[in-house]
Order: sequence, then structure tokens, then C-alpha cells
Amino acid sequence: MSEQQHASAKHHVIGFALSLVLTFVALFLVINTPLSAGLKLTAIIILAIFQMLVQLVYFMHVTEGSKVYQIISISYGLFVAVCIVAGSIWLMLLNGMEG
Amino acid sequence: MDLFNFKMPEQFIIMNNPLIIGAWISIILASVGIVFFVTKYKKWGYLWREWFTTVDHKKIGVMYILAALLMLFRGGFDAILMRTQLALPDMKVLDAQHYNEIFTTHGTIMILFMAMPFIIGLMNVGVPLQIGARDVAFPVLNAVSFWLFFVGAMVFNLSFVIGGSPDAGWTNYVPLSGSELTPGVGINYYLWGLQIAGIGTLATGINFFVTILKMRAPGMTLLRMPMFTWSTLVTSVIIIFAFPVLTITLALLTFDRLFGAHFFTIDAGGMPMMWANLFWIWGHPEVYIVILPAFGIFSDVISTFARKRLFGYHAMVISMVAISGLSFVVWVHHFFTMGNGPWINSIFSITTMLIAVPTGVKVFNWLFTMYKGRIETPAPMLWSLAFIPNFLIGGVTGVMLASAPADYQYHNSYFLVSHFHYVLIGGTVFGCMAGLYYWWPKIFDFKLNERISKWAFWIFIVGFNVCFLPMYLVGLQGMPRRIYTYKAEMGWTMWNFVQTIGAYLMGIGFILIVWAIIYSIRHEKRDRSGDPWHGRTLEWAIPSPPPHYNFSRMPSRITSADPYWDAKKRGESMFDENEPLKPIHMPNNDGMPIVMSGFMFIAGFGFVFEWLLIAFIGLLGVIGTMVWRSFKDYDADHYVQVEEIERDQAELQASLEGRS
Repeated sequence: MSEQQHASAKHHVIGFALSLVLTFVALFLVINTPLSAGLKLTAIIILAIFQMLVQLVYFMHVTEGSKVYQIISISYGLFVAVCIVAGSIWLMLLNGMEG
Repeated sequence: MDLFNFKMPEQFIIMNNPLIIGAWISIILASVGIVFFVTKYKKWGYLWREWFTTVDHKKIGVMYILAALLMLFRGGFDAILMRTQLALPDMKVLDAQHYNEIFTTHGTIMILFMAMPFIIGLMNVGVPLQIGARDVAFPVLNAVSFWLFFVGAMVFNLSFVIGGSPDAGWTNYVPLSGSELTPGVGINYYLWGLQIAGIGTLATGINFFVTILKMRAPGMTLLRMPMFTWSTLVTSVIIIFAFPVLTITLALLTFDRLFGAHFFTIDAGGMPMMWANLFWIWGHPEVYIVILPAFGIFSDVISTFARKRLFGYHAMVISMVAISGLSFVVWVHHFFTMGNGPWINSIFSITTMLIAVPTGVKVFNWLFTMYKGRIETPAPMLWSLAFIPNFLIGGVTGVMLASAPADYQYHNSYFLVSHFHYVLIGGTVFGCMAGLYYWWPKIFDFKLNERISKWAFWIFIVGFNVCFLPMYLVGLQGMPRRIYTYKAEMGWTMWNFVQTIGAYLMGIGFILIVWAIIYSIRHEKRDRSGDPWHGRTLEWAIPSPPPHYNFSRMPSRITSADPYWDAKKRGESMFDENEPLKPIHMPNNDGMPIVMSGFMFIAGFGFVFEWLLIAFIGLLGVIGTMVWRSFKDYDADHYVQVEEIERDQAELQASLEGRS
């Protein structure tokens, strides 16, 4: 069983480094570049999507294991994420009380 | 950011009140006493080896439950103080500020530091034994969870003697909790106590999710799992998806308060209502996290003491899964009156009312389980029987509150306070009590004294209803929550006085429960045979207390959801006694969790007082211990040899024969 652990350590280190790089790129873009707010926002969202993929592949082993579990957990995750994001936007910005 | 700015809050050591001076004296006396006796009887080594570094899920469960009982005392004492202040008009037990602090700490402690650890403690004790596992999937992470919870609770509880308690309610709404309206350390205590404990809870969710999916004994299919294990699985899923929201929300407010960000401020583009929104996206699933395992406990207890198979097993599972989905789409009902449009309130009213459907299904299943059963009423069953009508009162008033237009009337009144105490006490606390009494003779080799426990139960249950039923009435008469006093002309005096009597009765009930524990430790009959309740599920097939590896042989005859009951009916054992014993692979004890959590305490304390140098030293320590642990992974496990297992079995045999 120790061999398995050794094999995945490298995997984890790559994932950790990638996630740090993505985080610091986002920070750098916001603090040290003269881009417009809209462009910055777009860049952050794109980086966030890559961040999510890194997390899923390197730490949550989305490419391994039983397909059924993966499909169930990813769909439940999407359901919760859509509820939270769409729900918050609806509530905070489009709540029908503007007029 | 100034690393070397060690600013002092207005008051560092709080000494302005006889109650708090009393608390100081008792804290110092208790600490000195504990250190003295542990040193005198040379127990430090024992504590370190057997408890502080343990990765055994049963011992971690016991520590969780012990901590939960301590916090129940603290939160209950807060409640007694509040009820004393409100017993009569114009009382002067607490001033307004002190009252604000006490209702804040009461709510936060009861949910996060009492209900959560109690539930997680029972999961730790019950789940691995129920599914035939020798430990959880990640034993060291389990210890990390416990110690992070413990440190979070300590950080939070420190607030009332050092620096001042949070005073913005357990919901901690901005802008009140922002740095402009509430400067000082109180709110920081709230943020960091919850943050640290929350990370521990998230790890628990992941741990039990993997344990249940990956470590079940042969034959234990998903649809043969005991209902408590099912409820833990569903709860773990909710934890995994809900707790990251809490982590982020607390971090955002920390940035606002410590580093001048504007996520929730009124000016500079902040959105104060976003706090309420995010808080309840976590907060509503959170209340299901504490109620679903209680449902699981009631299911197991009721079928055990009705001597019948659980009615509607599949309906129970489906309704819990439905509740887990619904838990993420109802959060707005906590702030119907915050100015949402009619569409939003209508939709969230409907989703909220929908919850009554799966919950109603479960209530009927419990009733039908008891129908024509041979019902016995020892303490765990008493708490379960009391749960059904009391929870029903809480549930029905919940449906009333779910109607958004009506909520404009009930909102912020004692009607609401009574509703959530009926579901949280009538559901979660009764469930924890049922679970404590049910599994006590599994954790240890004796039951809790029946006579004292029945007195405790009846006094608590009467006190509970005397305290909270009148709250519906004063609520409908317009008494708002969170007021520290009222005038005689309001006409609320009589019911408030009655409520206070009820609160004191609940206090007496709690003292009797503690007395039952102390009495039973000294006097109750010992029995290691392991099946005191004539149980149905796997945990009753092994001796009490179980050996640290739980199962000397793996159970081999799991053919139904009540495997042990069916095996007993067939006159068989759960285990193949002819199978030769094999060495058992077990995790090593580990000092990393407690050391890492110690650094987390330093970091939390530093952030609370905004002493950033200390905070960063703490965080570096946390990262350092994790890195260190990742390199010493090679001696993380050992084998229990066959000789040791045989020795344990011989010892058990001797104790059983000595009894007969």
C-alpha cells in the first residue's frame, strides 16, 4: 500500500503548484494591471474555471473510480452550485423590487 | 497591514461583573485542580497516549460527546440567565449589553458547539460499528476534526473572560456586525471560533462519506445499512456542500473587518443583505445536518424497542435524500421580510412547505413501525416517543411560518423562537439523548441508571413544554425576540414567569442526567456480553466495550437490514468461528492533530486581536505540522497480532463467566 502513496504524492504536488499559480495570477491581474473592471472580472472567472478543473482532476480524482458515483456527485454539485449562484443573483440583483 | 501592531482592546481581561468574576474564579480553580490531580496521580502519560493522540473512532466519539455535554452546560447556563432576566418586568439581572452577548453565545454554542459535536460524536461511536468497519476511512483526519472543533470551541468560549463576547446574534447580521458599528474583538471571536470548528466539520463530512461508501463489511449493501448510517451518509453530503459556503462567508467578513474590504459594508459597493443570503445558504442545510442524524437514531431506537422491522425502509431513505435536495432551495424563508419581490417569496414559500411532505412520510413510518409492536420504554425509547408529538408541534408551526405573508406577523417574535426550539430541542436534543442512552452500554460495559434517567426525562420534558408552549402565546401577543426587558403594561408577565419556571425545570433535568451518569459509573451492573437491548444491527453483535479493532473476525452473514436480529432468530452467530484469526491492519496513534490544532489556536487568537504577527506564526505552524506529517507517512500503521486478539478473547470469556 505504501507504493500507491508514493505514486500519488507527485500528482498532489503538481496539483498544489498549479492551484497556487492560478491563484497568484488572479491576484496579480487585479492588483498590478491597468485592465478595465469588466476585463478583470472575465479573466478571474476563466481562471476560476481552470482552478475548479485542477481541483477536480488532481485532488478529487474525477478521472478515476466508479463512473456512477462520479456522475451522481458531479450532478449534485452542479445542482447546489446553480442554486447558490443563480439564486443569489436573482435575490440580490433581479428581485422584482427595483421599480 | 502592520505585522507589529499589537493594539489592545478597550478591556483585555473582563472583570466588570460579579457573574464574570465568578466565572474567572471557577475557571482558575478548575484548571488548577485538573492540573494538580492529573500530575498527582501521574496521568499525563496516560492522557497523551490513550486520548490526546488517539485515532480510535470510539474514543474520539467519547471526547466529542463529553465536550458537547460541557457546552450544553455553558449554553444552558446562558439560557437560565436570560430566563431569569425575563421572569418579571424591569428585572436587573443583566444589562442590555450583557443580555445581547448572552443570547449570541447561547445560540452559537448550542448549534455549533453542542448539537454538532453531540451528533458527530454519536456518528463516530455508531457508524463504523454498524457497517462492520474497524475504523473510519481517514483516522488521523478524524482526530484533526475533533481537535479543530475543540480549539474552535475554546477560542469562542474565551471571549467572555478575555476581550468581550460577540453581541450581534448567532446570525451575526451586517451592518451591525461590521467594524463600523461593532468594533472590538467580540465579532472576531465569532468569526474565528466558527471558522476553525467549521473546517473540522467539513473534514468529518468527507471522512464519513468515504467511510460509508468504501468500508462496509461484505454483504452490507447500501440498502441493508441501518437507518442511522443512512442518515449519516446523507448528512455528510450536506456537510460537504454546505460548509464551504460558511468558510467563505466568514472569510469575507474577516476581510471586511480586519483588512478594510467592502463585501458587506453599506458604502463602497458592498451588499449588506449578501451576508444574510450566504449565511442562510449554509445555515438552512446546517439545521438539517443536526436533525437528520437524530431521525436516524429515532428510526433505529424505535424499531429496536417496538421489536419490529422498520416500516417503509425505502421511503425513509428516499425522504432523507429528498430533504437533502430541498435543504439547498429554501434558505430565503429566513429573511422573507428583507424586501424580496413577490415571486421570490412565493417560490421559497412553496419549497419550504414541500419539506413537510418527506418529513410527514417519516413521522408516519415511525408510527407504523410501532403499530402492533411489543413496545418497551427504557430511556432511549422514552426520548424517541416524546420526540414525535413535540417535533410535530415544531413542524406544524414551521409550515405556518413558511407562508410569507403570515411571516410578516410572526417574524422576529417569540412565536419563531418557540418554533425553532421545538424542532431543535424536540428533534436534535431528544435525538442526542436517545442516542446517548442507546449506545452508552456499547461504549462502556454498563447501562445508565433507569430510575434516575426516567426522573430526568419527565422533569425535562415537562419543563420543556412549560417553557416553550407559552412562547407561542406571548409571540402572538407581539413580544419580540432579543429584548432584554419589558414593561408590566405589555401584559406578558404571567407567561414569561411560567416560561422561567419551565427553564429551571429543564436545568434540573440536565443535572439529573449528569447525576445518572455519575451514579451509573459507580454503581451500575457491569455486563460485557454486548447486547443489552436485544438489538437488531451489527454493533450489538460484538462485546461492550468493543476491542480497539472492533471486529476480531469480519461479520460474514449480513443478509438483511436487521442482520443481527435475523441471525439470532436463526440461532446463528454473525461470525464464522471456524475461520482462523488473522493479523489486523490498524492505524497508529498520532500527535500531529493536537499539535496542529494548538497552532491553529495561536492563529485564531492572533486574528481575533488583530495581532497579525502572532496569527501568521500560528498559520506557519499549522502548515509546518502538515508538511512534517506528510513526510512521516511511512510509520502510520501497524498489525495487531493474532496472540493479542486471542488474549482479548480469553479475557472477555473470563469476564462473561465471572458474571454468570
